[in-house]
Amino acid sequence: MLIVRDLNIRYGGIEAVRGISFDVPDGKIVTLVGANGAGKSSTLRSIIGLVKPSGGSILLRDSYIRGRRTDEIVSQGITLVPEGRHVFPDQTVLENLKIGAYLRKDDISEDLERVYTLFPRLKERSWQPAGTLSGGEQQMLAVGRALMANPALIMMDEPSLGLAPIVVQEIFSIIQRIHDQGTTVLLVEQNANMALRIADYAYVIENGAITIQGTGAELLKNERVRAAYLGTGAK
Amino acid sequence: MSANRKKYIRWILDAALIAAILIYLDILQADTTAHSYAITIIERSCIYAVAAVSMNLIIGFTGQFSLGTAGFMCIGAYVTGILTIPVKMRDQIYYLYGMAGWLHDIRLPMLAALAISALICGVIAYVIGWPVLRLKSDYLAIATLGFSEIIRAIFGWDGLGKITNASYGVSNIPPFANIFECVAICGVSILIMSLLIRSSYGRAFKAVRDDDVAAEAMGINLFHTKQLSFVVSSAFAGVAGGLLAVFMRSAVTSTFTVALTYNILLMVVLGGIGSVSGSIIGAFLVTGSQEWLRFLDKEYFFSDLFPGLAGTAFGAARVPLLRNGFRMVIFSILLMVVVLFWNHGITGSRELSWERIAGIPAAVREKKKRKAEAAERRAREEAAAAALEKEVRGQ
Repeated sequence: MLIVRDLNIRYGGIEAVRGISFDVPDGKIVTLVGANGAGKSSTLRSIIGLVKPSGGSILLRDSYIRGRRTDEIVSQGITLVPEGRHVFPDQTVLENLKIGAYLRKDDISEDLERVYTLFPRLKERSWQPAGTLSGGEQQMLAVGRALMANPALIMMDEPSLGLAPIVVQEIFSIIQRIHDQGTTVLLVEQNANMALRIADYAYVIENGAITIQGTGAELLKNERVRAAYLGTGAK
Repeated sequence: MSANRKKYIRWILDAALIAAILIYLDILQADTTAHSYAITIIERSCIYAVAAVSMNLIIGFTGQFSLGTAGFMCIGAYVTGILTIPVKMRDQIYYLYGMAGWLHDIRLPMLAALAISALICGVIAYVIGWPVLRLKSDYLAIATLGFSEIIRAIFGWDGLGKITNASYGVSNIPPFANIFECVAICGVSILIMSLLIRSSYGRAFKAVRDDDVAAEAMGINLFHTKQLSFVVSSAFAGVAGGLLAVFMRSAVTSTFTVALTYNILLMVVLGGIGSVSGSIIGAFLVTGSQEWLRFLDKEYFFSDLFPGLAGTAFGAARVPLLRNGFRMVIFSILLMVVVLFWNHGITGSRELSWERIAGIPAAVREKKKRKAEAAERRAREEAAAAALEKEVRGQ
């Protein structure tokens, strides 16, 4: 689905991402874990074209998308659930979902139904302004909005950020369900424990470079990962 | 109440409102000399409503603080004026410069001239949008304000006298056939803009306004969206300018100063940023109240107010405050009061609807109830505090 090779991102003189390469195969959940400022968000933002990378290549189903405009990339089937939710607070839940389908010209009622089945609470609140929702509900709305574009690949930037543990569990079980329905997922998380449990494959990013990779289960057992990100390493 | 029945009632109320307006306009039209004052106010308000809604489209709905409205109105006014003045009057109007030959015999009906005004304004907005819309907030405001003044300077320039008649402006523009013509054109213009706002493009406008990062991540092209809004807004500002020229029967650059932009901005803010109905109400209120307050400009003698005093020394005394210009003092004070107490404008960012009007009594009751509850709670707390104090003292 997605192949990233030697991706470089600079902000002014600072190299945020230094030549990272990874693959997101069809129908899998791939996760990038790492500390704050490691370059995870920059990577996602550059894939969707919000940030222009300074080097490297990004392939979506064998076509180069690096340097293309965001609306072109989105229309090719990638969506991003941005970090910090970014719902449109003054617009209703339904309007938010419709904006997610902005580039589509076909009938969206089926996808609306799908989002409402995944998130029954959004259906109850479809006429409410998004700003009045709780943090967890806003995150669900952000995910639902991204699903409205009917993407082949959904990228999520820190979906668990600032949510209560029980809500985090709920969000992750929904990510699993979205994956089961056939959507490929690229997940960026600081909550390595949860992310590695649902991931088929995982990459650890440190200081803008990939240092460890393996299946989710392998990384959960990896001593270094456990010490650095899970807080359960051997003392 | 079922949704269907609600819809039905809304339909009936809408139809009744439109019928009432038509009947009222028909009464006015039946005797235009007797009602000329009312007709003037209504036509002017309608034209300003188009300008206010067009400005609200770019400022209120798309969040781009553009202040070029007067400039586009100026273009619209001149284009409409030049294209509609009767051919046989042209030599007389352009006696100083002589009208350009290619233009001399082109005369169009008003609707066609308005459409061309809109087109020209749209194209100009498209072109200047390229550099200008890359700017944000204050910078955009300054750039568009500058553009507006440049337009005014160009239209007043001697070098273009053969086309624009320079500082003399265009006069003898044929008036509206009747009040319906003016109101209908304004109504249709506003309707087109509201339909755009309700479409998926309108949702994109609001998305860009509320959160540009999220909008872009949804695949909304920020620049194209802003440009679409700017082009449509400017085109309808041009229509409003053209209508204003027809209404005043002349187009002169001195009408289209920055003060005009501010006046329209005032209607938008007063009515409610991000509300079409608010802009319409704002346009009528500002235009109307400037007229209604005119009595404040007149000097009064006490004998005018109390005829019984006529002939006495007291009756000859003047009311000291009421004199020319006092109207604007009161107007400004009223504005401050409105802005202080309704700081989101009259309608806020929501549209005025029948449901909302019907909900007002309930909302007022709710507010009173909440106030009473708060007072009761405070009384209870005070009583509890007093009891506690007593207890502490007693020990």
